[in-house]
Amino acid sequence: MTTKDLIQLSGLKGKFQKSQWALILALVFFFALTFLIPRYGLLNEYIQLIIIYIGINIIMAVSLNMVNGYMGDFSLGHAGFMLIGAYISSILTVWVFPRNWNPIFTSIILFPIAVTAGGLAAALASLIIAFPSFKTRGDYLALVTLAFNMICVSVVQNIEAIGAGRGFMGMKKLTTMPWVFIWALIAIWVVRNFVYSNLGRGTVSIREDETAAELVGVNTRQVKVLTFVISSFFAGVGGALFAHILQFITPSTFQLQKNVDFLVMIYLGGMGSIGGSILGAVTYTVILELLREALTILGTFPIFASIPSLEVWRWVLAPLLLILLMIYRNKGIMGLREFGFLVPFRDQFGSRFWLKRRELTNANSSN
Amino acid sequence: MSFFFQQLLNALQVGSIYALVSIGYTMVYGVLTMINFAHGDVFMVSSYIAFFSALFLLKIVSQYASFLAFPLTVFATMILTSFLAIIIERLAYKPLRNAPRVSAVITALSVGILLETLTLALIGPEPRQIPPLIPKIVYNFQGASFSFFQILILGVSFLCMVILDFIVYRTKVGMAMRAISFDKTVVPLMGVPIDRIITITFALGAAVAAVGGVIFGSVYSLDPYMGIRIGWWAFIAAVLGGIGNIRGAMIGGLFLGGIEVFVTAYTASSYRDFIAFAILLLFLIFKPTGILGKPQIKKV
Amino acid sequence: MKYKYLLLGVFLSVCLVISACAAPSGGTPTATTGTASPTSSTQAGVIKVGLNAELTGSIPKVGKSCKQGAELAVKEVNDAGGLEVAGQKYKIQLYVEDNEDKGDVAASVTQKLITQYGVLAVIGPNASRNAIPASEIAESAQVPLIGPWPSNPKFTINSTTGEPKKWVFRLFYLDSDQGPANAKFVKEEFNASKVAILYAIDSDYNKGMAEFFSKAFEKLGGQVVAYESYSTADKNFTSQLTKIKAANPDVVFLPNYYNEVALQLQQAHQLGINAIFMTTDASFSSELLTLGGKDVEGLYLYSTFITDAASANPVAKKFIDSYRAAYGEDPDDVAALTYDSFGLLFQAIQSAGKIDRQAVRDALATPHTYKGVTGDTIFKGTGDPIKNIYWVQVKDGQFRVYIPKNYKP
Repeated sequence: MTTKDLIQLSGLKGKFQKSQWALILALVFFFALTFLIPRYGLLNEYIQLIIIYIGINIIMAVSLNMVNGYMGDFSLGHAGFMLIGAYISSILTVWVFPRNWNPIFTSIILFPIAVTAGGLAAALASLIIAFPSFKTRGDYLALVTLAFNMICVSVVQNIEAIGAGRGFMGMKKLTTMPWVFIWALIAIWVVRNFVYSNLGRGTVSIREDETAAELVGVNTRQVKVLTFVISSFFAGVGGALFAHILQFITPSTFQLQKNVDFLVMIYLGGMGSIGGSILGAVTYTVILELLREALTILGTFPIFASIPSLEVWRWVLAPLLLILLMIYRNKGIMGLREFGFLVPFRDQFGSRFWLKRRELTNANSSN
Repeated sequence: MSFFFQQLLNALQVGSIYALVSIGYTMVYGVLTMINFAHGDVFMVSSYIAFFSALFLLKIVSQYASFLAFPLTVFATMILTSFLAIIIERLAYKPLRNAPRVSAVITALSVGILLETLTLALIGPEPRQIPPLIPKIVYNFQGASFSFFQILILGVSFLCMVILDFIVYRTKVGMAMRAISFDKTVVPLMGVPIDRIITITFALGAAVAAVGGVIFGSVYSLDPYMGIRIGWWAFIAAVLGGIGNIRGAMIGGLFLGGIEVFVTAYTASSYRDFIAFAILLLFLIFKPTGILGKPQIKKV
Repeated sequence: MKYKYLLLGVFLSVCLVISACAAPSGGTPTATTGTASPTSSTQAGVIKVGLNAELTGSIPKVGKSCKQGAELAVKEVNDAGGLEVAGQKYKIQLYVEDNEDKGDVAASVTQKLITQYGVLAVIGPNASRNAIPASEIAESAQVPLIGPWPSNPKFTINSTTGEPKKWVFRLFYLDSDQGPANAKFVKEEFNASKVAILYAIDSDYNKGMAEFFSKAFEKLGGQVVAYESYSTADKNFTSQLTKIKAANPDVVFLPNYYNEVALQLQQAHQLGINAIFMTTDASFSSELLTLGGKDVEGLYLYSTFITDAASANPVAKKFIDSYRAAYGEDPDDVAALTYDSFGLLFQAIQSAGKIDRQAVRDALATPHTYKGVTGDTIFKGTGDPIKNIYWVQVKDGQFRVYIPKNYKP
């Protein structure tokens, strides 16, 4: 009885292959959509903008989840990496790269170079946090990341050449739906592969019990550094994309409060899962916009129009919903579960399955 | 010399407010291992409570005993803020006591945002200031000027910290609080009503922050978003002093106030945040558990 | 089990798509007749205008004043039966959106007003840091945008070409013009040779004004003896003010918002600083007087609008009285400028003769003068007008027009 037979018996492989094909088809379909929608105006520009924001939020949430969810730390520095990515990529596209090249050339070749550069700069900066993380954990590391974020903001505020507190502008609108889609896909793919690799499992083991992980042979330093570097690379990418859709960045956008948004997204969706971060990012953005819409519509009815600050109530209802959600479903929407198509084949089955398989194999070989 | 002395006074004033608020963070962390991110906003609400109580009390006592206005305001604010903290704890935090830590974090953040926007929606965005509860007398000493009220602030803060220290280290309730921070599961087995102690912890932390609220509202101005900055800074002070350690929180608060004021005083003020946090970072690299924190011993 | 969530996700996105397609043509009570075409911002006699204001965030009072000024303007026109354009009367429908004092939200909200509600024009935002992203959206969507308050030059300049934007207009002067005027005022009026400046480093208005002022002051031969900064949520300035005291300036310039200036003056007096204090129109608000109390007595500033002098202007007096009756407080300059922005827009629609974004834009870009409650605004063909200001001093707890003795503009 081989694995093949067992799987055939359990009837899962066929399903698994089918869902893989469905996934690929769905991805191709959505990618095509990202080209068609702006071209033919299938959705109005406001919804397009929201979709781009959602995409950027997905990248930020998934990358933060690596450190906060899988490694069990509490990083408050993610907005700082976003800032670095935004500024480095903007400086490149506005000052360094020639501005009057063919626009198609710019968006296909130069823009990804700028975004990657932003990500790499952020990844380099993350080494500043990775090294203290060897000695400190938990809330002390939170403070280190917080200090890092504030230092980033403060440094940029003092550099006159890039506009300091006045902000930096001049970027062309290079972020488009196809690009956001591609980068989000890359982020999810890299993070997912990392998490289910040996290094990723090392990350989870650090979360559960760092000393035991060391004893078992996990190279905790290497794992920590890699986790921070990859996580901040994508934060930088998110920042670069953000800068090129807004076309104006100031250091005050990336202050501590921005981290709160990302934290809510990953914990809302479920802390131990990539699918959870995606879901959290989408849900958070969509619910806020729906609330805005609902309140605006309510505001046109006479009875509600008399309430002086109806728009403000949006930020009363949103946290209230969040609190209720946390009380009644406290691991987040998805908890520790994961979307099927993200989990590699080997993890699809529980340990009992593999034990049984080994039992049967041993039984076979001893016959 | 007068420059230094003046800045020292400034630092003490700023630092004592951070100290008072950070005590709340550290106490809650000590018993629940949870960072109560809503604490800064509870501080903000306490300032508003102080504002309205002051208006109300001034009307009553101004004829007879105006010197009573200040202590009465402080007491009223402390009591009302404690109620608020108890309500928050019962409704939002208690159901999550056995949940993963991070859910509590999100709930705390949400409660904070809720308090901010409720205040904004119900009271309005206009900044206010608590009307003077103490007559304004300015002194001059060696070229540095300060007011009677500032001395009173320092005195009241110091008194508060001493009283709290007494409660935590010399009474049974305090002993129970410290016991919970050592080992939460064993404490109920010893017959200590753990729920009540946790509630008392929240109430005490909030009461101390309320004193800070009265002071802050009188010296500076109130607006719905003021709790954000003070909250984060008090959190930093609490961790800096060694989170879970109350004396550490007080020292951390004063230390942070000192860094903030003296960095501005002796270097270019635009670099203040950068230098202050760089100092913080270096400090944490060399002493990762904070000023009074104990190195974390992990059992394997 | 796993498919459940996939289905949920697909369902949510389908909802989003449907609502996106449906909303412009029937989801709201005052439905529009189409999606993003420029001429569809009317429907059976309704003109839609969008307001983009900072209702939450660090300057909610600005947002509140802006909203109140806007609502008053719209109400007056609607009560008179509507705006008369080419012989037909149109009611004004106002859509108010909160930009949360964040640049990216300001951008998405502008986009929403333009595509979701199909407004004819957008008024706002007020703070330059929010107005600049919003203006980029308006420029590329080709929708007229009028900013009542932003003073940063970048607001009306196209960042990629360096040319003025075609669709963006403001009702305010530029910091780059006002800064040197302030410096000249301080130098000549008070015969000041030493000036100290305290500004917020992370806000582009404060920082910009501080820079323009200090450069101009030094060009006039003066000396900037202290150049101190703080971050916008700070409330304790004693450290910076102690440094300023040690530098012994003649004048202390505070280009900050009212809540900050009130505290700065209180703390300055407490520290015993003897100097002339001056701020800008950013703190021109009744809140400054309420918060500052006795400590702001004698403070110099300026404004495009002051109830004192405006009472001589009958249009302004009518506005002040109606505002007081409706909201129980005196209007500040944000409210007055927003009111005038609407007046400017209405005048442009009427002179364009049709409800069309391009036509309105052309009318705004033609050189003309708008006479409103904030005085005359002279447009010379671009988005930046010439605007007069009043110098003001706080006397007896009121804003009073200050007639300069030595200063010649």
